Amino acid sequence: MDAAMLKEIGEIVVRMLIIFTAVFTGVGYMTLVERRVSAWMQDRLGPNRVGPQGLLQPLADGLKHLMKEDVTPPGAHRMVFILAPIMVLIPAVLSFAVIPIAGDAINLQDLGLPWDWQIKPFIADVSVGLLILLGLASLEVYGVVLAGWSSGSKYPAMGALRSTAQMISYELALGLAILPVVLTTGSLRLQTIAEAQAGTWFGFVPHWNVFIHPFGFLFLLISIFAENKRLPFDLPEAEPELVAGYHTEYSAMKFVMFYMTEYSAMIANAALMVTLFFGGWQVPGLVLPQPWMFLVQAGAFAAKTFFFLFLFVWVRWTLPRFRYDQLMNLGWKVLLELAFINLLVVAMLVAAGVM
Amino acid sequence: MSLDTILASGASIAAIFSALMVVWQRSAVISALFLVLNLGSVAILFLTLGGEFLAAVQVLVYAGAIMVLFLFVIMLLNPAPLKERFASGPVVTGLTFALGVLFFASLMRGVMSLAGAGGTMASVGESYGSTRSVGELLFTAYLYPFELAGVLLLVAMVGAVVLARRQAPGED
Repeated sequence: MDAAMLKEIGEIVVRMLIIFTAVFTGVGYMTLVERRVSAWMQDRLGPNRVGPQGLLQPLADGLKHLMKEDVTPPGAHRMVFILAPIMVLIPAVLSFAVIPIAGDAINLQDLGLPWDWQIKPFIADVSVGLLILLGLASLEVYGVVLAGWSSGSKYPAMGALRSTAQMISYELALGLAILPVVLTTGSLRLQTIAEAQAGTWFGFVPHWNVFIHPFGFLFLLISIFAENKRLPFDLPEAEPELVAGYHTEYSAMKFVMFYMTEYSAMIANAALMVTLFFGGWQVPGLVLPQPWMFLVQAGAFAAKTFFFLFLFVWVRWTLPRFRYDQLMNLGWKVLLELAFINLLVVAMLVAAGVM
Repeated sequence: MSLDTILASGASIAAIFSALMVVWQRSAVISALFLVLNLGSVAILFLTLGGEFLAAVQVLVYAGAIMVLFLFVIMLLNPAPLKERFASGPVVTGLTFALGVLFFASLMRGVMSLAGAGGTMASVGESYGSTRSVGELLFTAYLYPFELAGVLLLVAMVGAVVLARRQAPGED
Protein backbone atom coordinates (compact mmCIF):
# COMPACT_ATOMS: atom_id res chain seq x y z
CA MET A 1 0.00 0.00 0.00
CA ASP A 2 1.48 3.33 -1.02
CA ALA A 3 1.54 6.50 1.06
CA ALA A 4 -1.22 8.29 -0.88
CA MET A 5 -3.68 5.46 -0.37
CA LEU A 6 -2.75 5.17 3.32
CA LYS A 7 -3.37 8.89 3.66
CA GLU A 8 -6.77 8.67 1.98
CA ILE A 9 -7.89 5.73 4.12
CA GLY A 10 -6.53 7.47 7.24
CA GLU A 11 -8.51 10.61 6.48
CA ILE A 12 -11.73 8.65 6.03
CA VAL A 13 -11.20 6.60 9.20
CA VAL A 14 -10.44 9.66 11.32
CA ARG A 15 -13.54 11.56 10.26
CA MET A 16 -15.71 8.48 10.77
CA LEU A 17 -14.17 8.02 14.23
CA ILE A 18 -14.84 11.65 15.16
CA ILE A 19 -18.47 11.70 14.03
CA PHE A 20 -19.52 8.24 15.21
CA THR A 21 -17.77 8.62 18.59
CA ALA A 22 -19.65 11.87 19.06
CA VAL A 23 -22.94 10.25 18.03
CA PHE A 24 -22.67 7.17 20.25
CA THR A 25 -21.49 9.19 23.24
CA GLY A 26 -24.41 11.52 22.57
CA VAL A 27 -26.84 8.61 22.42
CA GLY A 28 -25.60 7.21 25.72
CA TYR A 29 -25.70 10.50 27.52
CA MET A 30 -29.07 11.53 26.07
CA THR A 31 -30.60 8.69 28.10
CA LEU A 32 -29.04 10.23 31.19
CA VAL A 33 -30.13 13.76 30.19
CA GLU A 34 -33.66 12.52 29.66
CA ARG A 35 -33.82 10.88 33.07
CA ARG A 36 -32.15 13.71 34.95
CA VAL A 37 -34.20 16.45 33.26
CA SER A 38 -37.46 14.56 33.75
CA ALA A 39 -36.55 14.09 37.40
CA TRP A 40 -35.78 17.80 37.72
CA MET A 41 -39.13 18.71 36.12
CA GLN A 42 -40.97 16.40 38.51
CA ASP A 43 -39.01 17.60 41.54
CA ARG A 44 -37.12 14.32 41.98
CA LEU A 45 -33.39 13.57 41.95
CA GLY A 46 -33.05 11.03 39.15
CA PRO A 47 -30.07 8.66 38.74
CA ASN A 48 -27.17 10.38 40.52
CA ARG A 49 -25.40 7.47 42.26
CA VAL A 50 -23.17 5.94 39.56
CA GLY A 51 -20.21 8.26 39.27
CA PRO A 52 -20.32 12.01 39.99
CA GLN A 53 -23.85 13.31 39.26
CA GLY A 54 -24.68 9.91 37.73
CA LEU A 55 -22.28 10.47 34.83
CA LEU A 56 -21.35 6.78 34.60
CA GLN A 57 -25.01 5.67 34.52
CA PRO A 58 -25.09 5.06 30.70
CA LEU A 59 -22.11 2.69 31.03
CA ALA A 60 -23.77 0.85 33.90
CA ASP A 61 -27.01 0.56 31.89
CA GLY A 62 -25.10 -0.80 28.89
CA LEU A 63 -23.35 -3.38 31.04
CA LYS A 64 -26.62 -4.40 32.68
CA HIS A 65 -28.32 -4.98 29.33
CA LEU A 66 -25.33 -6.94 28.00
CA MET A 67 -25.66 -9.40 30.86
CA LYS A 68 -29.43 -9.80 30.72
CA GLU A 69 -31.09 -12.85 29.27
CA ASP A 70 -32.03 -12.46 25.61
CA VAL A 71 -35.53 -13.91 25.30
CA THR A 72 -37.07 -14.89 21.99
CA PRO A 73 -40.79 -15.55 22.41
CA PRO A 74 -42.01 -18.96 21.17
CA GLY A 75 -44.42 -17.46 18.61
CA ALA A 76 -41.73 -15.31 17.01
CA HIS A 77 -40.31 -15.61 13.52
CA ARG A 78 -36.68 -16.13 14.62
CA MET A 79 -34.75 -14.69 11.69
CA VAL A 80 -36.86 -11.56 11.25
CA PHE A 81 -37.01 -11.09 15.03
CA ILE A 82 -33.20 -10.80 15.06
CA LEU A 83 -33.09 -8.77 11.85
CA ALA A 84 -35.56 -6.08 12.97
CA PRO A 85 -33.41 -4.25 15.56
CA ILE A 86 -30.49 -4.28 13.11
CA MET A 87 -32.63 -2.85 10.32
CA VAL A 88 -33.88 -0.07 12.55
CA LEU A 89 -30.49 0.95 13.97
CA ILE A 90 -28.40 1.00 10.77
CA PRO A 91 -30.29 3.72 8.85
CA ALA A 92 -30.54 5.86 12.00
CA VAL A 93 -26.77 5.80 12.47
CA LEU A 94 -25.97 6.03 8.74
CA SER A 95 -27.76 9.35 8.43
CA PHE A 96 -24.90 11.08 10.26
CA ALA A 97 -22.65 10.35 7.27
CA VAL A 98 -23.98 13.33 5.30
CA ILE A 99 -24.35 15.95 8.07
CA PRO A 100 -21.57 18.59 8.05
CA ILE A 101 -20.24 19.55 11.50
CA ALA A 102 -17.97 22.48 10.52
CA GLY A 103 -17.06 24.75 7.61
CA ASP A 104 -13.61 23.87 6.28
CA ALA A 105 -11.41 20.84 6.54
CA ILE A 106 -8.87 20.70 9.36
CA ASN A 107 -5.28 19.48 9.09
CA LEU A 108 -4.17 17.10 11.83
CA GLN A 109 -0.76 18.87 11.92
CA ASP A 110 -2.54 22.01 13.12
CA LEU A 111 -3.59 20.04 16.19
CA GLY A 112 0.04 19.07 16.85
CA LEU A 113 -0.32 15.54 15.49
CA PRO A 114 2.40 14.06 13.23
CA TRP A 115 0.14 13.21 10.24
CA ASP A 116 -0.44 15.59 7.32
CA TRP A 117 -4.07 14.55 6.90
CA GLN A 118 -6.91 16.86 5.85
CA ILE A 119 -9.99 15.95 7.89
CA LYS A 120 -13.19 16.99 6.16
CA PRO A 121 -16.10 18.10 8.35
CA PHE A 122 -18.42 15.37 7.00
CA ILE A 123 -18.02 11.67 6.20
CA ALA A 124 -19.60 11.68 2.74
CA ASP A 125 -19.98 14.68 0.46
CA VAL A 126 -23.18 13.81 -1.43
CA SER A 127 -24.86 16.22 -3.84
CA VAL A 128 -28.26 14.84 -2.80
CA GLY A 129 -27.47 14.61 0.93
CA LEU A 130 -30.90 15.84 1.97
CA LEU A 131 -32.66 13.16 -0.09
CA ILE A 132 -30.36 10.51 1.39
CA LEU A 133 -31.32 11.68 4.87
CA LEU A 134 -35.04 11.49 4.05
CA GLY A 135 -34.56 8.10 2.40
CA LEU A 136 -32.76 6.70 5.44
CA ALA A 137 -35.45 8.08 7.73
CA SER A 138 -38.08 6.27 5.67
CA LEU A 139 -36.10 3.01 5.87
CA GLU A 140 -36.35 3.07 9.66
CA VAL A 141 -40.00 2.07 9.32
CA TYR A 142 -38.98 -1.45 8.23
CA GLY A 143 -37.39 -2.37 11.52
CA VAL A 144 -40.50 -1.19 13.34
CA VAL A 145 -42.93 -3.09 11.10
CA LEU A 146 -40.85 -6.24 11.20
CA ALA A 147 -40.38 -6.05 14.97
CA GLY A 148 -44.13 -5.92 15.38
CA TRP A 149 -44.83 -8.65 12.88
CA SER A 150 -42.12 -11.10 13.96
CA SER A 151 -42.88 -10.86 17.68
CA GLY A 152 -46.01 -12.93 17.09
CA SER A 153 -48.11 -11.21 19.73
CA LYS A 154 -50.87 -8.64 19.59
CA TYR A 155 -49.47 -5.56 21.34
CA PRO A 156 -46.34 -5.33 19.17
CA ALA A 157 -48.46 -5.89 16.05
CA MET A 158 -50.82 -3.06 17.01
CA GLY A 159 -47.90 -0.78 17.88
CA ALA A 160 -46.18 -1.55 14.59
CA LEU A 161 -49.33 -0.83 12.57
CA ARG A 162 -49.80 2.45 14.39
CA SER A 163 -46.22 3.58 13.99
CA THR A 164 -46.07 2.63 10.30
CA ALA A 165 -49.19 4.64 9.53
CA GLN A 166 -47.90 7.53 11.63
CA MET A 167 -44.41 7.60 10.11
CA ILE A 168 -45.69 7.36 6.52
CA SER A 169 -48.24 10.11 7.13
CA TYR A 170 -45.82 12.57 8.66
CA GLU A 171 -43.02 11.87 6.18
CA LEU A 172 -45.05 13.77 3.57
CA ALA A 173 -45.45 16.87 5.74
CA LEU A 174 -41.78 16.60 6.72
CA GLY A 175 -40.63 16.59 3.09
CA LEU A 176 -42.94 19.46 2.15
CA ALA A 177 -41.72 21.51 5.12
CA ILE A 178 -38.10 21.13 4.00
CA LEU A 179 -38.63 21.92 0.30
CA PRO A 180 -38.92 25.74 0.65
CA VAL A 181 -35.34 25.79 1.99
CA VAL A 182 -34.21 23.77 -1.01
CA LEU A 183 -36.01 26.21 -3.31
CA THR A 184 -34.32 29.32 -1.92
CA THR A 185 -30.90 27.68 -1.57
CA GLY A 186 -31.00 25.85 -4.89
CA SER A 187 -29.17 22.78 -3.61
CA LEU A 188 -29.80 19.44 -1.91
CA ARG A 189 -26.24 19.33 -0.57
CA LEU A 190 -26.27 19.97 3.17
CA GLN A 191 -22.90 21.74 3.26
CA THR A 192 -24.09 24.19 0.56
CA ILE A 193 -27.28 24.84 2.55
CA ALA A 194 -25.23 25.52 5.70
CA GLU A 195 -22.78 27.77 3.83
CA ALA A 196 -25.63 29.76 2.29
CA GLN A 197 -26.66 30.90 5.77
CA ALA A 198 -23.50 32.93 6.42
CA GLY A 199 -23.68 36.63 7.32
CA THR A 200 -26.16 38.82 9.16
CA TRP A 201 -28.92 41.35 8.55
CA PHE A 202 -28.38 44.79 10.13
CA GLY A 203 -25.24 43.40 11.72
CA PHE A 204 -26.92 41.33 14.44
CA VAL A 205 -29.68 39.09 13.04
CA PRO A 206 -27.94 35.98 11.68
CA HIS A 207 -28.79 35.06 8.10
CA TRP A 208 -30.51 31.82 9.15
CA ASN A 209 -33.28 30.11 7.22
CA VAL A 210 -35.57 30.10 10.25
CA PHE A 211 -36.07 33.85 9.75
CA ILE A 212 -36.86 33.33 6.05
CA HIS A 213 -39.07 30.25 6.47
CA PRO A 214 -40.59 30.41 9.97
CA PHE A 215 -43.59 28.30 8.91
CA GLY A 216 -41.43 25.70 7.23
CA PHE A 217 -39.51 25.33 10.48
CA LEU A 218 -42.68 25.04 12.55
CA PHE A 219 -44.08 22.29 10.30
CA LEU A 220 -40.74 20.48 10.30
CA LEU A 221 -40.59 20.61 14.10
CA ILE A 222 -44.08 19.12 14.46
CA SER A 223 -43.43 16.40 11.88
CA ILE A 224 -40.16 15.48 13.56
CA PHE A 225 -41.92 14.97 16.89
CA ALA A 226 -44.30 12.60 15.11
CA GLU A 227 -41.55 10.86 13.10
CA ASN A 228 -39.60 10.20 16.28
CA LYS A 229 -42.71 8.95 18.04
CA ARG A 230 -42.04 11.35 20.90
CA LEU A 231 -44.72 12.71 23.15
CA PRO A 232 -47.22 14.25 22.38
CA PHE A 233 -47.26 11.82 19.44
CA ASP A 234 -45.99 8.59 21.05
CA LEU A 235 -49.11 6.56 20.25
CA PRO A 236 -47.11 3.58 18.87
CA GLU A 237 -45.82 2.88 22.36
CA ALA A 238 -48.58 4.36 24.46
CA GLU A 239 -47.99 2.32 27.60
CA PRO A 240 -51.54 2.36 29.03
CA GLU A 241 -52.84 0.85 25.77
CA LEU A 242 -50.03 -1.16 24.20
CA VAL A 243 -47.52 -2.08 26.98
CA ALA A 244 -44.49 -0.81 25.01
CA GLY A 245 -45.66 -1.01 21.41
CA TYR A 246 -43.58 -2.70 18.76
CA HIS A 247 -40.65 -3.58 21.04
CA THR A 248 -42.68 -5.16 23.83
CA GLU A 249 -41.18 -8.64 23.28
CA TYR A 250 -37.57 -7.46 23.02
CA SER A 251 -35.08 -7.82 25.83
CA ALA A 252 -31.37 -7.34 26.57
CA MET A 253 -29.21 -5.88 23.78
CA LYS A 254 -31.93 -6.12 21.14
CA PHE A 255 -34.06 -3.82 23.24
CA VAL A 256 -31.08 -1.51 23.68
CA MET A 257 -30.77 -1.30 19.90
CA PHE A 258 -34.33 0.06 19.66
CA TYR A 259 -33.51 2.48 22.43
CA MET A 260 -30.32 3.59 20.69
CA THR A 261 -32.26 4.04 17.46
CA GLU A 262 -34.73 6.31 19.15
CA TYR A 263 -32.01 8.55 20.50
CA SER A 264 -29.77 8.54 17.41
CA ALA A 265 -32.78 9.41 15.24
CA MET A 266 -33.52 12.23 17.68
CA ILE A 267 -29.96 13.54 17.42
CA ALA A 268 -30.00 13.19 13.62
CA ASN A 269 -33.27 15.08 13.38
CA ALA A 270 -32.05 17.81 15.74
CA ALA A 271 -28.89 18.13 13.63
CA LEU A 272 -31.04 18.28 10.49
CA MET A 273 -33.12 21.13 11.91
CA VAL A 274 -29.95 22.99 12.92
CA THR A 275 -28.37 22.50 9.49
CA LEU A 276 -31.45 23.52 7.54
CA PHE A 277 -32.84 26.36 9.65
CA PHE A 278 -30.27 27.51 12.21
CA GLY A 279 -27.17 27.98 10.10
CA GLY A 280 -25.63 24.61 10.89
CA TRP A 281 -22.10 25.22 12.22
CA GLN A 282 -22.24 28.97 11.43
CA VAL A 283 -21.21 31.36 14.18
CA PRO A 284 -22.04 34.83 12.81
CA GLY A 285 -19.09 37.20 12.60
CA LEU A 286 -16.53 34.73 13.95
CA VAL A 287 -13.09 34.59 12.31
CA LEU A 288 -10.33 32.52 13.90
CA PRO A 289 -7.13 30.77 12.71
CA GLN A 290 -7.76 27.24 11.47
CA PRO A 291 -7.61 24.69 14.27
CA TRP A 292 -9.72 26.95 16.50
CA MET A 293 -12.23 27.81 13.79
CA PHE A 294 -12.99 24.11 13.24
CA LEU A 295 -13.28 23.36 16.93
CA VAL A 296 -15.49 26.38 17.70
CA GLN A 297 -17.76 25.65 14.73
CA ALA A 298 -18.10 21.98 15.72
CA GLY A 299 -18.81 23.12 19.27
CA ALA A 300 -21.44 25.59 18.07
CA PHE A 301 -23.06 22.85 16.00
CA ALA A 302 -23.13 20.53 19.01
CA ALA A 303 -24.56 23.27 21.23
CA LYS A 304 -27.35 24.12 18.77
CA THR A 305 -28.16 20.43 18.36
CA PHE A 306 -28.26 19.98 22.12
CA PHE A 307 -30.74 22.83 22.42
CA PHE A 308 -33.22 20.88 20.27
CA LEU A 309 -32.52 17.65 22.13
CA PHE A 310 -33.36 19.49 25.33
CA LEU A 311 -36.54 20.75 23.65
CA PHE A 312 -37.54 17.15 22.86
CA VAL A 313 -37.12 16.18 26.52
CA TRP A 314 -38.81 19.35 27.76
CA VAL A 315 -41.88 18.80 25.56
CA ARG A 316 -42.06 15.13 26.49
CA TRP A 317 -42.47 15.88 30.18
CA THR A 318 -44.80 18.83 29.61
CA LEU A 319 -47.51 17.88 27.12
CA PRO A 320 -50.14 15.12 27.35
CA ARG A 321 -50.61 12.51 24.63
CA PHE A 322 -52.89 12.98 21.62
CA ARG A 323 -55.55 10.48 20.61
CA TYR A 324 -54.71 8.42 17.53
CA ASP A 325 -57.46 9.86 15.31
CA GLN A 326 -56.44 13.38 16.37
CA LEU A 327 -52.87 12.57 15.35
CA MET A 328 -53.96 11.33 11.93
CA ASN A 329 -56.31 14.29 11.40
CA LEU A 330 -53.55 16.73 12.30
CA GLY A 331 -51.13 15.06 9.89
CA TRP A 332 -53.38 14.64 6.87
CA LYS A 333 -55.96 17.39 7.21
CA VAL A 334 -53.96 20.25 8.70
CA LEU A 335 -50.20 19.91 8.52
CA LEU A 336 -50.00 18.54 4.97
CA GLU A 337 -52.19 21.31 3.53
CA LEU A 338 -50.43 24.09 5.42
CA ALA A 339 -47.00 22.81 4.40
CA PHE A 340 -48.19 22.58 0.80
CA ILE A 341 -49.53 26.15 0.82
CA ASN A 342 -46.27 27.31 2.36
CA LEU A 343 -44.33 25.57 -0.41
CA LEU A 344 -46.56 27.10 -3.12
CA VAL A 345 -46.18 30.62 -1.72
CA VAL A 346 -42.39 30.27 -1.49
CA ALA A 347 -42.25 28.83 -5.00
CA MET A 348 -44.25 31.79 -6.35
CA LEU A 349 -42.02 34.26 -4.51
CA VAL A 350 -38.92 32.55 -5.89
CA ALA A 351 -40.38 32.60 -9.40
CA ALA A 352 -41.23 36.30 -9.01
CA GLY A 353 -37.65 36.97 -7.97
CA VAL A 354 -38.51 38.25 -4.48
CA MET A 355 -36.52 35.52 -2.66
CA MET B 1 -10.19 -3.91 -10.69
CA SER B 2 -11.40 -0.57 -9.43
CA LEU B 3 -13.56 -0.04 -6.37
CA ASP B 4 -16.48 0.95 -8.62
CA THR B 5 -16.32 -2.34 -10.53
CA ILE B 6 -16.31 -4.36 -7.31
CA LEU B 7 -19.25 -2.37 -6.00
CA ALA B 8 -21.21 -2.69 -9.25
CA SER B 9 -20.58 -6.45 -9.50
CA GLY B 10 -21.56 -6.97 -5.88
CA ALA B 11 -24.74 -4.95 -6.34
CA SER B 12 -25.60 -6.85 -9.54
CA ILE B 13 -25.18 -10.21 -7.85
CA ALA B 14 -27.25 -9.04 -4.89
CA ALA B 15 -29.95 -7.74 -7.23
CA ILE B 16 -30.21 -11.04 -9.15
CA PHE B 17 -30.08 -13.16 -5.99
CA SER B 18 -32.75 -11.11 -4.23
CA ALA B 19 -34.97 -11.08 -7.33
CA LEU B 20 -34.84 -14.89 -7.41
CA MET B 21 -35.54 -15.10 -3.69
CA VAL B 22 -38.63 -12.88 -4.10
CA VAL B 23 -40.12 -15.57 -6.34
CA TRP B 24 -38.87 -18.58 -4.41
CA GLN B 25 -39.89 -17.59 -0.89
CA ARG B 26 -43.14 -19.05 0.46
CA SER B 27 -43.79 -16.39 3.08
CA ALA B 28 -45.11 -13.11 1.68
CA VAL B 29 -43.28 -11.00 4.28
CA ILE B 30 -39.89 -12.57 3.49
CA SER B 31 -40.59 -12.12 -0.23
CA ALA B 32 -41.31 -8.43 0.34
CA LEU B 33 -38.07 -8.10 2.32
CA PHE B 34 -36.06 -9.55 -0.55
CA LEU B 35 -37.80 -7.10 -2.88
CA VAL B 36 -36.53 -4.30 -0.64
CA LEU B 37 -33.01 -5.73 -0.89
CA ASN B 38 -33.46 -5.86 -4.67
CA LEU B 39 -34.51 -2.20 -4.83
CA GLY B 40 -31.54 -1.26 -2.65
CA SER B 41 -29.09 -3.10 -4.92
CA VAL B 42 -30.53 -1.34 -7.96
CA ALA B 43 -30.09 1.98 -6.13
CA ILE B 44 -26.39 1.13 -5.65
CA LEU B 45 -26.16 0.34 -9.38
CA PHE B 46 -27.56 3.81 -10.12
CA LEU B 47 -24.93 5.28 -7.77
CA THR B 48 -22.05 3.55 -9.57
CA LEU B 49 -23.43 4.96 -12.83
CA GLY B 50 -23.33 8.53 -11.46
CA GLY B 51 -27.09 8.87 -10.98
CA GLU B 52 -27.05 10.10 -7.37
CA PHE B 53 -30.50 11.66 -7.63
CA LEU B 54 -32.04 8.52 -9.14
CA ALA B 55 -30.45 6.37 -6.44
CA ALA B 56 -31.76 8.58 -3.65
CA VAL B 57 -35.25 8.71 -5.16
CA GLN B 58 -35.24 4.95 -5.70
CA VAL B 59 -34.63 4.42 -1.99
CA LEU B 60 -36.98 7.21 -0.92
CA VAL B 61 -39.95 6.29 -3.11
CA TYR B 62 -39.74 2.55 -3.74
CA ALA B 63 -38.00 1.21 -0.66
CA GLY B 64 -39.13 3.95 1.72
CA ALA B 65 -42.76 4.41 0.75
CA ILE B 66 -44.18 1.82 -1.64
CA MET B 67 -42.63 -1.28 -0.08
CA VAL B 68 -43.54 -0.09 3.41
CA LEU B 69 -47.16 0.07 2.29
CA PHE B 70 -46.80 -3.41 0.78
CA LEU B 71 -45.55 -4.76 4.10
CA PHE B 72 -48.28 -2.86 5.91
CA VAL B 73 -50.97 -4.51 3.79
CA ILE B 74 -49.37 -7.95 4.09
CA MET B 75 -49.33 -7.55 7.86
CA LEU B 76 -52.98 -6.45 7.91
CA LEU B 77 -54.15 -9.41 5.80
CA ASN B 78 -51.58 -11.80 7.32
CA PRO B 79 -51.75 -14.54 4.65
CA ALA B 80 -50.57 -18.03 5.64
CA PRO B 81 -47.30 -19.10 3.98
CA LEU B 82 -47.69 -21.42 0.98
CA LYS B 83 -47.55 -25.10 1.95
CA GLU B 84 -45.98 -26.22 -1.31
CA ARG B 85 -44.56 -24.71 -4.45
CA PHE B 86 -46.84 -24.00 -7.40
CA ALA B 87 -47.25 -27.21 -9.38
CA SER B 88 -47.43 -26.93 -13.16
CA GLY B 89 -47.38 -29.26 -16.13
CA PRO B 90 -44.62 -29.59 -18.74
CA VAL B 91 -46.53 -27.36 -21.20
CA VAL B 92 -46.64 -24.39 -18.81
CA THR B 93 -43.00 -24.90 -17.80
CA GLY B 94 -41.87 -25.09 -21.42
CA LEU B 95 -43.89 -22.03 -22.41
CA THR B 96 -42.54 -20.02 -19.48
CA PHE B 97 -38.99 -21.04 -20.32
CA ALA B 98 -39.42 -20.09 -24.01
CA LEU B 99 -40.93 -16.71 -23.09
CA GLY B 100 -38.08 -16.10 -20.67
CA VAL B 101 -35.46 -16.84 -23.31
CA LEU B 102 -37.27 -14.57 -25.78
CA PHE B 103 -37.47 -11.74 -23.26
CA PHE B 104 -33.82 -12.13 -22.27
CA ALA B 105 -32.72 -12.17 -25.94
CA SER B 106 -34.62 -8.98 -26.78
CA LEU B 107 -33.24 -7.31 -23.66
CA MET B 108 -29.66 -8.32 -24.56
CA ARG B 109 -30.21 -7.07 -28.11
CA GLY B 110 -31.23 -3.69 -26.75
CA VAL B 111 -28.23 -3.57 -24.39
CA MET B 112 -25.75 -4.61 -27.10
CA SER B 113 -27.06 -1.93 -29.47
CA LEU B 114 -26.16 0.79 -26.94
CA ALA B 115 -23.14 2.96 -27.66
CA GLY B 116 -20.02 1.62 -26.02
CA ALA B 117 -21.29 -1.95 -25.67
CA GLY B 118 -18.21 -3.18 -27.54
CA GLY B 119 -15.98 -2.23 -24.61
CA THR B 120 -15.41 1.49 -25.11
CA MET B 121 -17.51 3.50 -22.71
CA ALA B 122 -19.39 6.45 -24.13
CA SER B 123 -18.74 9.54 -22.05
CA VAL B 124 -21.60 11.54 -20.61
CA GLY B 125 -21.85 15.22 -19.77
CA GLU B 126 -20.66 16.70 -16.49
CA SER B 127 -24.18 17.25 -15.15
CA TYR B 128 -25.42 13.78 -16.15
CA GLY B 129 -27.73 12.31 -13.53
CA SER B 130 -27.76 15.43 -11.39
CA THR B 131 -30.98 16.68 -9.82
CA ARG B 132 -30.98 19.69 -12.14
CA SER B 133 -30.61 17.72 -15.39
CA VAL B 134 -33.24 15.14 -14.38
CA GLY B 135 -35.63 17.95 -13.45
CA GLU B 136 -34.99 19.81 -16.69
CA LEU B 137 -35.70 16.70 -18.75
CA LEU B 138 -38.89 16.01 -16.81
CA PHE B 139 -40.21 19.52 -17.36
CA THR B 140 -39.17 19.95 -21.00
CA ALA B 141 -38.72 16.87 -23.20
CA TYR B 142 -40.83 14.52 -21.10
CA LEU B 143 -43.40 17.00 -19.79
CA TYR B 144 -46.48 15.29 -21.27
CA PRO B 145 -45.65 11.72 -20.16
CA PHE B 146 -44.77 13.13 -16.72
CA GLU B 147 -48.07 15.01 -16.41
CA LEU B 148 -50.03 12.04 -17.76
CA ALA B 149 -48.46 9.74 -15.19
CA GLY B 150 -49.51 12.23 -12.53
CA VAL B 151 -53.11 12.25 -13.78
CA LEU B 152 -53.11 8.44 -13.91
CA LEU B 153 -52.04 8.25 -10.26
CA LEU B 154 -54.71 10.79 -9.33
CA VAL B 155 -57.39 8.71 -11.08
CA ALA B 156 -56.23 5.60 -9.20
CA MET B 157 -56.31 7.51 -5.92
CA VAL B 158 -59.83 8.85 -6.53
CA GLY B 159 -60.91 5.32 -7.44
CA ALA B 160 -59.47 3.95 -4.21
CA VAL B 161 -61.23 6.61 -2.16
CA VAL B 162 -64.56 5.89 -3.89
CA LEU B 163 -64.18 2.15 -3.25
CA ALA B 164 -63.19 2.60 0.37
CA ARG B 165 -65.83 5.22 1.20
CA ARG B 166 -68.31 4.14 3.81
CA GLN B 167 -71.87 4.52 2.54
CA ALA B 168 -73.85 7.11 4.42
CA PRO B 169 -77.20 5.91 5.84
CA GLY B 170 -80.03 6.41 3.32
CA GLU B 171 -77.68 6.02 0.37
CA ASP B 172 -77.58 2.79 -1.59
